[in-house]
Amino acid sequence: MSTGTPDGWHRLHPLSPVVRGGRATIAIGILLLPILFSGGRVTDAVPQLAIIGVLALGGFVSWLVTRWRIEDDDLRVETGLLRRQSLRFPLAQVQAIDVVRPGLARMFRVAELRLRMAGASGATARLAYVAENEVEPLRDRLLALARGARLHEGLPAGDAELARPPERVLATVATGPLVASILLERGWLVLVLVGLLSGLVVSPHTAAALIGGGGFIWAISIVTVLWRRFNQQFHLTVAEGHDGLHLRGGLVALTAEVIRPGRVQAVRLVEPVLWRPLGWCRLEADLAGRQRGKGEGEAQRGQLRTLLPVAKRTLALELVDRLVPDRPSELSPPPRRVRWKSPLRYRVLRWGRSDTCVATVSGRLRRVTCWVPLEKAQSLRHVQGPVQRRLRLASVHVDTAGKAVHATLRDRDAGEAAQALVELTDLARAARRRAAAA
Amino acid sequence: MPAAAAAVAVALAGAGSSWALGLAGGSLVAGVIGWVAVGRRYESWGYAERKDDLLIRRGVLFARLSVVPYGRMQFIDVSAGPLERAFGLATVRLHTAAAATDARIPGLERGEAARLRDRLAELGEAQAAGL
Repeated sequence: MSTGTPDGWHRLHPLSPVVRGGRATIAIGILLLPILFSGGRVTDAVPQLAIIGVLALGGFVSWLVTRWRIEDDDLRVETGLLRRQSLRFPLAQVQAIDVVRPGLARMFRVAELRLRMAGASGATARLAYVAENEVEPLRDRLLALARGARLHEGLPAGDAELARPPERVLATVATGPLVASILLERGWLVLVLVGLLSGLVVSPHTAAALIGGGGFIWAISIVTVLWRRFNQQFHLTVAEGHDGLHLRGGLVALTAEVIRPGRVQAVRLVEPVLWRPLGWCRLEADLAGRQRGKGEGEAQRGQLRTLLPVAKRTLALELVDRLVPDRPSELSPPPRRVRWKSPLRYRVLRWGRSDTCVATVSGRLRRVTCWVPLEKAQSLRHVQGPVQRRLRLASVHVDTAGKAVHATLRDRDAGEAAQALVELTDLARAARRRAAAA
Repeated sequence: MPAAAAAVAVALAGAGSSWALGLAGGSLVAGVIGWVAVGRRYESWGYAERKDDLLIRRGVLFARLSVVPYGRMQFIDVSAGPLERAFGLATVRLHTAAAATDARIPGLERGEAARLRDRLAELGEAQAAGL
């Protein structure tokens, strides 16, 4: 807090714009390289220098106009040059304070403080970035103030909540299976990559042609895709805390997140075809809530979050039970005549329901199992196409918030589908009422 | 569309040569088929206001029936394109948090559209549920 002014305002760490720029910073570095090493005159690089200058100025101004201070029981953050924003976060509502360190931040020895607030909005106060050695004292001070603020307002001190009770680790992803699973799932990408690389090795002439023809770019982009998955899911750990599931992991960029049970819109279990002999699967949850991504102001409605990048089925199902209580145990297959319409899917298609949850299985090569809690269902749709009509079949869709997961009772007997639509409508209504009453 | 096909048919018949007559016949048939298809499509549209949800039915080849609970509606918009405006019609569209929900009711009389919008907004507010 060395940057404090007499009236209590603090600035963020001066390197904040550099870290926040992330990719832009790296791009600037790449732009600078030829200038540094070409040994040509500076005047040749005027356009590059101009771009760098503008970006640097923008970053500097945004740093200059952002400041924060603690006022009584609130944290106040002011930001913006043209559109001035003043945000007030009541400390009494702080649920937890996370420390996040992306890759660049670790390099520059800074860290981001995230204050998770209670309430429906689920807003997050961010102080990005603060010097690493100041982070822990600041976090403790804010926590102490939060506790004090609660006492002021006659709320329970919530020591247990704020002091981070020990959590129980449910699963950690090992590196070996993670690498194997990524390579197996993206099998064809890996094949293309191997083809490109072996082409390079075998004959340098074709290599030159490849580089000229964009093969090189292909190889780089494939590696990037594979690397991104690995980087995000490296050492991903799921732990059970007092307020939901805690998710941590990452190789270069460390992330930490809490998934409250109520935020889960749907859960799905994915089994790519090449994983099945190994009995592996991936567990993903669709989460609601407006969340800010890395880029500023990037609002999304639903987000697919990988909970278990690769795990045995039994472990994944155990986790499903924590997220979706009372999942249906028995799933029923479709009528035999579905073979004519969907020969590949026929063996896989299943659906079942309990009073609170719908489960569906689908997929041609990779098998996808979805669970949707009925209280989260947004709308129901009954669809019958021309082929389905000939075969007396119909599908029922259960729409959830977000785009990723979507439970479909595909190709059921027409009578069964009609009945399912009525039943699910009633059950969803009852589930909504219960959720509203709770 | 059927009307256009009929117009083409008449124009071509006027031209008198044999291939023009053939084309005229063809477009006449197309017009009749189009007329029937439009009629069936029109027939397929329907909606019902129930106690807790709105039912919307549509489609001939792909028959769809959507159930949208009032409590799940996030907003409702009423739009009228130039053609709709010329006939005094409007389209009511319901939006939920799910991107897959495609609940729209086209071709409502302007007054009915406004009534439906107000009624749905009122019901939606009364039964609103969080995510």
